[in-house]
Amino acid sequence: MARPLSTLDLQVRRFAQNPLAMASVVVLGLIVLMCFAGPLAFPFTGEDADFDQINAPITLTSAHLFGTDDYGRDLLVRVMEGGQVSLSIGFLGALTAGGIGVLYGAVAGYAGGRADRVMMRAVEVLYGFPYVILVILLSLLFGGGNVALFVAIVCTLWLTPAVIVRAQAQSLARREFVEAARACGMRPASIVAVHIVPNCLSVVIVYGSLLVPEVILSESFLSFLGIGIKEPQASWGNLIQTGTAAMDTDLRLLLLPGTLLALVLFCLNFIADGLRDAFDPNER
Amino acid sequence: MLRFVGRRLGEGALTLAVLVTLTFFVMRLAPGGPFSRSRKISPEVLENIKARFHLDEPVWLQFGRYVWGLMRFDFGPSTRFRDYSVGDLIASGLPYSLTIGFWAVVVASLVGIGLGIAGALGRNGVTDYVAGTVGVIGIAVPIFVIGPLAQVVFALWLDWVPVGGSDQGWRSLVLPVLVLSLPNIAYISRLTRGSMIEVMRENYVRTARAKGIGARRALMSHTLRGALLPVIAYLGPATAAIITGSILIETIFAVPGIGRHFVDAALNRDYPLVMGITVLYGGILILFNLATDLLRGWLDPRVRANG
Repeated sequence: MARPLSTLDLQVRRFAQNPLAMASVVVLGLIVLMCFAGPLAFPFTGEDADFDQINAPITLTSAHLFGTDDYGRDLLVRVMEGGQVSLSIGFLGALTAGGIGVLYGAVAGYAGGRADRVMMRAVEVLYGFPYVILVILLSLLFGGGNVALFVAIVCTLWLTPAVIVRAQAQSLARREFVEAARACGMRPASIVAVHIVPNCLSVVIVYGSLLVPEVILSESFLSFLGIGIKEPQASWGNLIQTGTAAMDTDLRLLLLPGTLLALVLFCLNFIADGLRDAFDPNER
Repeated sequence: MLRFVGRRLGEGALTLAVLVTLTFFVMRLAPGGPFSRSRKISPEVLENIKARFHLDEPVWLQFGRYVWGLMRFDFGPSTRFRDYSVGDLIASGLPYSLTIGFWAVVVASLVGIGLGIAGALGRNGVTDYVAGTVGVIGIAVPIFVIGPLAQVVFALWLDWVPVGGSDQGWRSLVLPVLVLSLPNIAYISRLTRGSMIEVMRENYVRTARAKGIGARRALMSHTLRGALLPVIAYLGPATAAIITGSILIETIFAVPGIGRHFVDAALNRDYPLVMGITVLYGGILILFNLATDLLRGWLDPRVRANG
């Protein structure tokens, strides 16, 4: 006899039937593969300057497919290396911010009462801050550079998952099976870990998928302003910034990183939409 | 209602106080100081400059001095732009920022709500798809990609509007306002469409139609009123997005507003200027959140009761 379908099976099946979301998964996968494996196919890195080939145009027959920049560095390889930075910060940042938010929200929602009020008041106060200003200040506080950028972004983006999970945890805390666990003498920490967090996961996946584009956007926007990732290390943000400076003569420097960034953000948004429809069919 | 207003005001004041304290100490703790980037000067001169800005005092005393000044609306002198007070700098930049921000909010609300209603009324029609496409583009393509592209196409190639600056009146406003409002057009039209569709299924709307009220009147006086509540709730955060977005917009389009000062000030550790702009932005944001809360409380009694 066939195994009955679990909720997760149904959700996966619903997601797989969404053509836009599935196409996005494929495109995103290809871009990730290209960024991480692509540079290996070239005999030079994105930081090697080729002084004979400064500002070379697009020539699909030469070694520099998309040409080079002002320093003779290969544009395509730089964009792929920048993609590694932007994508890793995006996924790691979303994972970390999501993790912190889930834990904070689950604890606040389960604890309830005074602890909950104090914890959520803190979140509300932070919500009232101008987000961009906070990110800029925090990344200065941690001394600039990749780690500072990462910490600053995580510090500002954990709020939304915390609020969402807290609402979920609050209603879970009153359910019979949690009551039963408490009656059996389970410690609050284990209840949160075993019963509360796993039962919030479907909401977390849906909203977490929206965090990834947000983190990537924050990273590239800070690098664009010159606060995030700095030359000679490439990221999509600072590549776009360089491209803007040269846009009146050579659009190529702006279009290649800009298109890739937009493409990744498109895919992530479609995937998030697909996940929402799959996990929460009433929401459409 | 009065209690509701009082609580919201208290929350806003608390947020502002935490913001001021946090920004002050974050700036002091960040490595580097206002004069570490300038050319070499002798220690005596440095001491004198520091004394002039009270930077030689203990931090808590500086903080007390700052808060005391703030209560008298005195933001102090800028450490980078000699002879200018932070108040002067803000006063000279604010009109530009506010003009762009105001028109961006207006354009975003009008176009966003319009597209949303059109999409909801003609679901899966041509308008709906056009609105959906605009929405996806606005959400996914960052303004620092759209902005430069718009400059290339509309300013360099077509020569309809200037590339940037602020010296050509309304013509120099067109691009910054449009680019700044685009992401918000996207969010607002999505939100309006979703909540319109939801409200159109509500029993009270069906009742109104069954009683013989025309489609137009049912739409104007019943559906819209319910459907716009979440949109109004979003306008607070949207204003925030527009305010913070103006930092980028002013950099891209070389607008002499206050957003552009902020990044420079933060990088140069111009403590008073960073503080001044943070307080201003924070204050505006808190004020708008407060206004939207009050508006919602006024439109929807449930918000008042639970909030």
